[in-house]
Amino acid sequence: MTAFDASVEMRPKLVGQRIKRTEDPRLLTGSGRYVDDMNPQGLLHVALLRSDQPHARIRSIDVGEAFAVPGVLAIFDAGDIAGDFQPAIPASRMKGYYATPFRPLAEGKVRYVGEPVVAVVAESRYAAEDALELISIDYEPLPVAVAKDDAAADGAPLLHEEAGTNVIISRTFARGDVDAAIASAPVVVKGRFRMTRKTPMPMETRSYLAEWDRRRQALTLHSSTNIPGIVCDVLGTCLGLPGNRIRVVAPDVGGSFGGKGSLNHEEMLVCVLARKLERPVKFVADRMEDLTAMSQAFDETIEAELAVDADGHLLGLKADVIGDIGAYSIYPWTGALEPVQVVSFLPGPYRMEHYRGRVRGVLTPKPPTGPYRGVGRPSSTFAMERLMDMAARRLGMDPAEIRRRNLVTAEEFPYRTGSGIIWDRSAFQECLHGVCEMVDYPALVRERDAARAEGRWVGIGLASYAELTGIGSRIAVAPGMPINTGTESASIRIDATGAVTAAFGISSHGQGLETTLAQVVADELGCRMEDIEIQHGDSALVPMGTGTYASRSAVLGGGAATKTARVVKTKVLKAAAFLMDVPVDDLDAEGGVIRARSSNATMTFREVANAVYAQMGRIPHEQREDLVASESYDPYLGTACASTHLAMVEIDPATFAVSVRRFAVAEDCGRIINPLIVDGQVHGAVAQGIGAALLEEVVHDEGGQLLTASLADYLVPIASTMPQIEILHVEAELPNNIGGFRGMGEGGTIGAPAAIANAVSDALSGLGIEVDTLPVTPERLFRLVEAARASA
Amino acid sequence: MEDRATITLTVNGLTQTRAVDARLLLSDFLRHDLGLTGTHVGCEHGVCGACTILLDGRSARSCLTLAIQADGATIETVEGLGRMGDLGRVQQAFRDHHGLQCGFCTPGFLMTITDMLRHHPLETDDQIREALSGNICRCTGYQHIVDAVRELARARGPLT
Repeated sequence: MTAFDASVEMRPKLVGQRIKRTEDPRLLTGSGRYVDDMNPQGLLHVALLRSDQPHARIRSIDVGEAFAVPGVLAIFDAGDIAGDFQPAIPASRMKGYYATPFRPLAEGKVRYVGEPVVAVVAESRYAAEDALELISIDYEPLPVAVAKDDAAADGAPLLHEEAGTNVIISRTFARGDVDAAIASAPVVVKGRFRMTRKTPMPMETRSYLAEWDRRRQALTLHSSTNIPGIVCDVLGTCLGLPGNRIRVVAPDVGGSFGGKGSLNHEEMLVCVLARKLERPVKFVADRMEDLTAMSQAFDETIEAELAVDADGHLLGLKADVIGDIGAYSIYPWTGALEPVQVVSFLPGPYRMEHYRGRVRGVLTPKPPTGPYRGVGRPSSTFAMERLMDMAARRLGMDPAEIRRRNLVTAEEFPYRTGSGIIWDRSAFQECLHGVCEMVDYPALVRERDAARAEGRWVGIGLASYAELTGIGSRIAVAPGMPINTGTESASIRIDATGAVTAAFGISSHGQGLETTLAQVVADELGCRMEDIEIQHGDSALVPMGTGTYASRSAVLGGGAATKTARVVKTKVLKAAAFLMDVPVDDLDAEGGVIRARSSNATMTFREVANAVYAQMGRIPHEQREDLVASESYDPYLGTACASTHLAMVEIDPATFAVSVRRFAVAEDCGRIINPLIVDGQVHGAVAQGIGAALLEEVVHDEGGQLLTASLADYLVPIASTMPQIEILHVEAELPNNIGGFRGMGEGGTIGAPAAIANAVSDALSGLGIEVDTLPVTPERLFRLVEAARASA
Repeated sequence: MEDRATITLTVNGLTQTRAVDARLLLSDFLRHDLGLTGTHVGCEHGVCGACTILLDGRSARSCLTLAIQADGATIETVEGLGRMGDLGRVQQAFRDHHGLQCGFCTPGFLMTITDMLRHHPLETDDQIREALSGNICRCTGYQHIVDAVRELARARGPLT
């Protein structure tokens, strides 16, 4: 593998630079516009009465005196809106799968605590919430199986009777003969790993505002979503509206991390109500509603066994995974998204012949799980990387060395894993080597050993992983899902003033795509960056666009930007060639100026655009072309992306609190568009990974009630608990993709939990402790240490 | 619940007199009654810090304050720190160091930091991180925010 050639000729002007973000001035001055900042004339507010039961039949609803509350206009339950929409069906071609219908309000029965049942519409949110207090719902409690193992058992109470089972997802991936490999292996390590349930917890809660245009009989939904195109398509179907009469706009969106990347009950509801009432209707979740009912994350148990030869080479891996997918299969990704990816990615970035991964997805009376930064891979990497360290320990081998011996090498790409994933070339080995060099690994090991000699609990943990990013049309982002997630389009136009408007189907919600895509367009088109406006997050902008998820937008959006800008540039140069009376081959554009190589002649984009649009007859009519283009891009296979994380932790023997002393990341995201933004993405994703490893856990009790309904109970990382993160970028060449970009938005969340778990296990290796459940809270650590001491 | 009161307060240098419900939160008053939507509401239980404003010069949670409690007070919000073409120094430091991504927590951080710069030494990274620990950011991992505050504290010099 060769490093990307960063010479002047190869690296254009703006891509690769630490450009300050275009988005920032508005967001820094309180001039951003998030959904809750919009208050159209006649606005009505919705508050929801949510289920306090995990599984119950709705016998009756008594609204009492709720209508007497001043400002209350209407109250709806499922029956009141039954004829106003069709449910959304999260379809998939998976065998044996059941697609749970998805509705705005619970119909007939409730299936998790927090499910919306009654909607109050009022002039203010205060009035709507007052009315909620006066409404009572009479429930007939139904039996529950809250734990996923219980829900999967024969005879368990069924959440969706039509499915005939709670196990609506069941798949197996296999290659070779793993049982034979394990039977004959000199070393076998195994564990039962559990990544508990998380919530994405973006800072902006879910917010939706629907406006019904009586004149056009058309609907606009302003939504804090990162998939406006997908939401628009499904709501158009559910509401019976053609695409030219429904539009979904994501204005400034305050983070998602996956939590705003699926269809929500409330999103459907405001649309139904706005059309019914012919008034703008807004719903803004409060934090408790988001913690209770936003799509949640992970929640798998992974039983896995790894066979290794005497030299530390991997022979085979066997895994049985059960995923708790909650009460509904989420739209559009389905409940398979998270657990199936666990078994798909479990073999990791390693060379290994034999594999069998079996996965089941089980309905339980909890909020649906959906995408969360990293999807599947944080759990799979946690399990696999723990097994790697356990094997290394059994062999007396250094954890870095066992990885070096097994990571796929440059000559082996493309490499097909036991689960069928194809790794295209990426800097697998280089990232491991790079991170060890960056931290001076041998010195760090000596430092750890010196601390250990003093009796301190200090440990080092490594985690290597690879992921698929910028996935093209060859495979669906979610298993068997019929939606095309492999294509994105761009539409670029230059107007009579020379201003450039570039519109995309992607939907930035903190990633800075207005900046990075402008860098790409400016370089490709040859215009000035300040003359470009990037538009995104609006289903009406381009014919084909789904949104921003799955680390796809730099790859697909950047590719579409490049293709489209090249077509527009050709048109600009053709017009300029005529106007300047030089051959088109003699021209090039840079910084908004078109120059002839063979003379001093120049024209600005503005001059060319003015001649094309405003000066009649300046260009003969048969040669005149509008300076516009629309192109789409499909990377087909997508790109592999690799990284190794390293953590050094110390455990306080009095409090069992884990402090992260060092954290280093070496990662390959291909050619970097903006290092400032890439660093920020890595920092933020690592913080979420550290949160998943040490703090974050959604807890439901045996009755299905949420115990972590505030930010005092659901802990996320704060500044004083975060380490400084050291980053090494390895920009491995990627010749088959336009631009050479790899996706990188999610990666930090994938490696950090495993690296922390390995570091904590290393710190406590003297006690023989192997961390198998995350987060490894002080309480869990205390119990592990107590148990180890008792058995010693 | 029907109690209303008339309050007079100064917001970003302008005196405002309004009749409000006694139970109206200061955050809702700023956002909905005054249209100052730069102040964001992230949790409504005082943990996340997105709604932080300056109340008589010190940082305060506007989601845990009633509007009527601010009667007679001087309030500063993010809108008072600078404008798009003329960013204030804390805003500029955030831009220079990429201290924001989605921008939702940002106004709260800017107000907290404005207060901290006036009253706290912020001489070490540990002190800076402690000063920021009442505000949650879910995007940045705090590193670039710490970089911005470090630069601001150095430019300010020691507290006198």
